[in-house]
Parts: sequence; structure tokens; C-alpha cells
Amino acid sequence: MNAAPLVLESLAVARGDRLLFERLQLRVAPGEVLHLQGRNGAGKTSLLEVLAGLRTPEAGRVDGPAPGQLHWLGHKNALHPALSAVENLRYWCGLQAADPAGIGAALDRLQLKAARNRPVRTLSTGQKRRTALARLLLQRRAWWLLDEPLAGLDVDGAALVAGLLAEHCAAGGGAIVTSHQALPEDGLPVRHWRLQ
Amino acid sequence: MNWTWFHRLGSPPTFFRFAEKLAPWLAALALLLIGLAGYAGLFLAPPDYQQGDAFRIIYVHVPTAAISLSIYVLMAVAGAVALIWRMKLAEIAVVSAAPIGASFTAVALITGMLWGKPMWGAYWVWDARLTSELVLFFLYIGVIALNSAFNDPRAAARACAWLALVGVVNVPIVKYSVEWWNSLHQGSTLLSVQAIQKPKMSFDMLWPLLMSLAGFYLLFGAALLRRMQNLLLERERRARWVQDWLGEQN
Amino acid sequence: MSLVRALGSTVGRELRLAARAPAEAAQPLLFYLLVVALFPLGVAPNEPSLPVYAPALVWIAALLASLMTLERVFRNDYEDGTLEQLALAPLPLPLTVAAKLAAHWLLGGLPLVLAAPLLASGLGLDAATGRALTLALLLGTPTLVLLGGFAAALTVGLPRAGVLLPILVLPMLSPVLIFGAGAARAAAQGLDPAAPLYFLAALLALSLTLVPFAAAAALRNALEA
Repeated sequence: MNAAPLVLESLAVARGDRLLFERLQLRVAPGEVLHLQGRNGAGKTSLLEVLAGLRTPEAGRVDGPAPGQLHWLGHKNALHPALSAVENLRYWCGLQAADPAGIGAALDRLQLKAARNRPVRTLSTGQKRRTALARLLLQRRAWWLLDEPLAGLDVDGAALVAGLLAEHCAAGGGAIVTSHQALPEDGLPVRHWRLQ
Repeated sequence: MNWTWFHRLGSPPTFFRFAEKLAPWLAALALLLIGLAGYAGLFLAPPDYQQGDAFRIIYVHVPTAAISLSIYVLMAVAGAVALIWRMKLAEIAVVSAAPIGASFTAVALITGMLWGKPMWGAYWVWDARLTSELVLFFLYIGVIALNSAFNDPRAAARACAWLALVGVVNVPIVKYSVEWWNSLHQGSTLLSVQAIQKPKMSFDMLWPLLMSLAGFYLLFGAALLRRMQNLLLERERRARWVQDWLGEQN
Repeated sequence: MSLVRALGSTVGRELRLAARAPAEAAQPLLFYLLVVALFPLGVAPNEPSLPVYAPALVWIAALLASLMTLERVFRNDYEDGTLEQLALAPLPLPLTVAAKLAAHWLLGGLPLVLAAPLLASGLGLDAATGRALTLALLLGTPTLVLLGGFAAALTVGLPRAGVLLPILVLPMLSPVLIFGAGAARAAAQGLDPAAPLYFLAALLALSLTLVPFAAAAALRNALEA
């Protein structure tokens, strides 16, 4: 996986008429995890949305991945409550032209066993988050943009995410992560960066 | 083609100062023309040989009806500019034009009804042009309602711009379908090339009408500029130039 | 190929969701039948002018019934975050929108068309008029769903969208109502209903080509709000 670095040049992002930040310069190389920090309302989610291509910046340039080269995990899980984890992921595979054969292995990896065929509405918050995280394994993509991936996860879950991130970086991928919890740092090339 | 004037006018402070200078003149000229046209229409123009004095309401009805349609087109054009170039001023123009358009449409509807009473014997007749004017009124109400439902003024304006664009495709279809459905109204008195070459109206009746049309257009221009100024102040309240301008006023 | 698969899985998901909640999926049809069945109770028994109003009645009922569930067509996806994944998928968003609306029509529009001959005979329309009415519904209900879907996309993130949606979309639907009921009226008078039916087909072609793009843009705008 030879990912190009992600470069932001004098980026300005607004929500409505409120300017969140401007003249932002940032360069993230593949092989590292950028831990995006900042107070509430600083614009972490908005910045991630700009990187994903969901939001148009007011000014500046993003040299980033195309939508097909990035995984987006928003703070919402993108799971329909009436469908099971497997059905939700199968739909995602159909939409993204991914191979649904990997769903079983991905759910195994996230330690979702018996719950995978129950409607998502009956799952716990952590189980839902694990299902959403399983998408990261269904298709190899260079950049992971994760908004609060640890929300609702227990200690084991957080360690699992750290493990996934470490593997991803070792394989030459990069990630930008917002998180209020500290990311487990052993063996993970984390760079902390604060959004002012 | 030199487009710098376009970009300069697109900058909120420049536009604001420009509108501040222009709007009073437009308003004064509009009132003058409407006043003159009103006088001429009521006292100088001869009574119609069929409709008597009742026809004189056309000096309000026809201009407002014509302008109500052009405001919708203007709103859609501003919407396209707002969506393509992400221009804040165009967003503000879309949102500002809607209530003015709705008011013009309402005036056209009310004067049409008042005219209908002596002509058809009822305030409301399901006549093709009154009906499509009514639909136009609802289309304006839709834009206003959509705009007020959003918290984020920017997303609101962009949604309104899309609604206006889809609406402007719809307007001629509505007009045509309603005409297909029913036709009872007299043909258009004014707005065709042939009518100007060989006017169906006598010139004594026509010139106050043209004058009132110009006056109402200017009135719309003045109202639009003022509304846009107000919205600009509100949306740019955090900007330096608004603080400076408010400082100058006190 | 992957495009076809993506479209297929989008339609398939909508149908599967409807199968999970069949009572909910049947609501528009039930509403439509109830409105039409109640109307004769408001006029005198065996009122001879009932067939005169029947086309308008069936159309108004179809209009309201198809708008009833449209508010929800993108709302779930917006609320659970699926819309973000749809916006980033390789399948262009206008096609996704078209696929979702097609599924919506299959579930909420087609049953109304299929029930129309029954209602037509119940309201005392003759066979030719009933046929014209059914054909008009077949050509007109997809336009209702498309324009309604556009309005649903505009209002997807808003509270009280249920009230706003009809205000936005009903004025735009007046041509469909005019030609749709007009086709049946023409047939009732012994005239050829082809002209209004062609108009309905033209409206469908126009909205099918333009509305998915506008609706997709409105959805993207909602994600940026």
C-alpha cells in the first residue's frame, strides 16, 4: 500500500456562518496515526468531514485521498436498527463493491460472535460500534478517518482498535482519529495534534 | 471581459455601501412613478368602453402580476449563482427575494379578486391565470417556510436555492397545465411584441401602465436591496466591517 | 457491473426493510382506501354526481397517501449515518436516490395503481374511465414519488418535516393532478385521454432526469448543515 501523504494548505472551515478555523497547515504521512485533539466545538468533526469530502471548505486546499481510498467512520454507526450486523455489512459491501466473503472474519476479529445475526437495535452501544468498525477490515483503504472510534467501547474494545490501527500503519496506511479518550500508545505511532 | 466589478460587488461590505447609496434613490423614483401612474390611471386615462372604471385596477394588478413572476425567475438565477460559485450575496438574494415575491403575488391576487367582482360577479373564479398566480403564491410560501425551518442560514439558503431552481422549471408547467385545464381570462393585454406594435389598448391607457410597471420594478429593487442589507448585517454580525459601520452610525 | 450490484443491493435493502415491517408498509394503501371509502359517506347515498368527483377524489387520496411515508425515505439514513456512507460510495448519489425512490414507488405507489380499478368501479366509473384513471396513476405516481423525494431530501435534517413536506411539494404537483384527473374526465366524456396521458409521461421523463440530481444535492447540503 503506497499512500500519498495527506496535505492541508491554508484551510478554512466554517459551519453555517461561524468560521471554525482558518489558515490551517497540516501534513500527515502514511504510517502514522494523527490524534486530533481540541476543545468541544473546535471543529474536529468538521475537519474530518472536509477530509472525507463530506463538507466543502471555505478556502484552502486539501490534497487528500479520493473517496474510494478512505474509510469514514462518523460518530454515527451507519447501521439500520432493523437489520442484523451481517445484513448491514452485506449492504455496505454491495454499495462499495467489496467482497462480502470477508464479513465473517471481520466480525470474528472484532469479537462479535452470537450477536451478529440479531437486529442491530438489540445490540449494546459497544457492539454497534464494533460492527461499524468491522467495515475497516472489509476493504483495504489507505486512509482511515475515525471520529471518536472508542466511544462506547470497553477496555478490550479500545485495545482491539489500537491493534487494528497498528496493523494498518505497519502496512503503510495512515489514520486521523479524534478521541476524548487517550489512544493506547504501546506499539502505535501516534502523533498528537491540537486544533486551536 | 473584465469581471472585477462582479467580484468587488460580491464582497459584502462593498455591496452594503453600494446598496446604502442606491436604495433611497430607487425608492424615491419608484414612489414618484407609481404616484404619477396612479394619478394618470385614475384621472387621465379614459374609461374602458366595456369595463367602465373598473379596469383602472390594472395599473396595480398587471404590474404586480408580471413582477411576481420575474421575481421568481430572479430568485432561481440568484440560486444558481449561489450554488455554483458559493457566493454569499447570492444566497442572501434568494432568501430576501422570496417574501417580496410573495407580497407582490398577494397584491396581484387581491387586486385580481377585486377586479373579478364587477367583471365576473364573484371574487374568486377558477380562471387560469388567477389559479396559476395562486400556485405561484404557494411556491413562494414554500421557499419562505423552508428557509425558516433551518437553524443554519447557509444550509437554509442553499436548500431554498435548490427549491427555487426546481420551482422555476415547474412554473411554466403549472402555467401551461392550468391553461389546459381551463381558459376564461382575456388574453394578455401587454406583454407581447405584437401587442406593443399594434396595441390592443389605446395609448392613453397604456402609458400610465408602463409607468406603473417601471415604478413597481424600482420598488422591488429598493425593497430587495434593503432586505439584503438587513440580512447581511445579521449574517455578518461577527465581521469587522459591520462593527465599523455600526460605529459610524452612532 | 459493480454499479448494477450497488443499485440492486439498495433496492433489495429497501424491500427487505419493508418485509420486516409489513404493517407499516401497508399503511399508505390502507390510508388511500379509507379516504376514498369515506368520501361517499359525506354525500347523499347513491349520489348520481359521485362519478364526476371520483377522479379528483382518487387522485387527492393518492397524492396524500404517497406523501405520507415519503418523509421517512431518507430520514432513517440521515439519522443513523448511512447517508454519509452513501455520499462517499462509488455509486453516484443521484443513482442511489433514484434506486431508493424506485423501491419506494414499488412499495407505496404501485399498490395505489393496482387498487385503482377496484375503486373506479366502486365509485361508479365506466370501464374506459377506470382504465384512463389507472393508466394516469401509473404514469403520475412515479412523478409524485420523485418530487416528494426531492422535498424529503430538502427537509431531511429538519424537525417537523412532516408538515413542511406537503407545503413544499403539493403546489409543484398541481400539473400531475390536473393531467391525471383530466385524463379520466376526458375518458368519461367519451374523448380520447391520450393527450393528458402523454403530458403525464412527459412530466415523468422530465422529473426522472432532473429530480435525482437535485435531491442528491439537497442531501449533500443536509450533511453540511
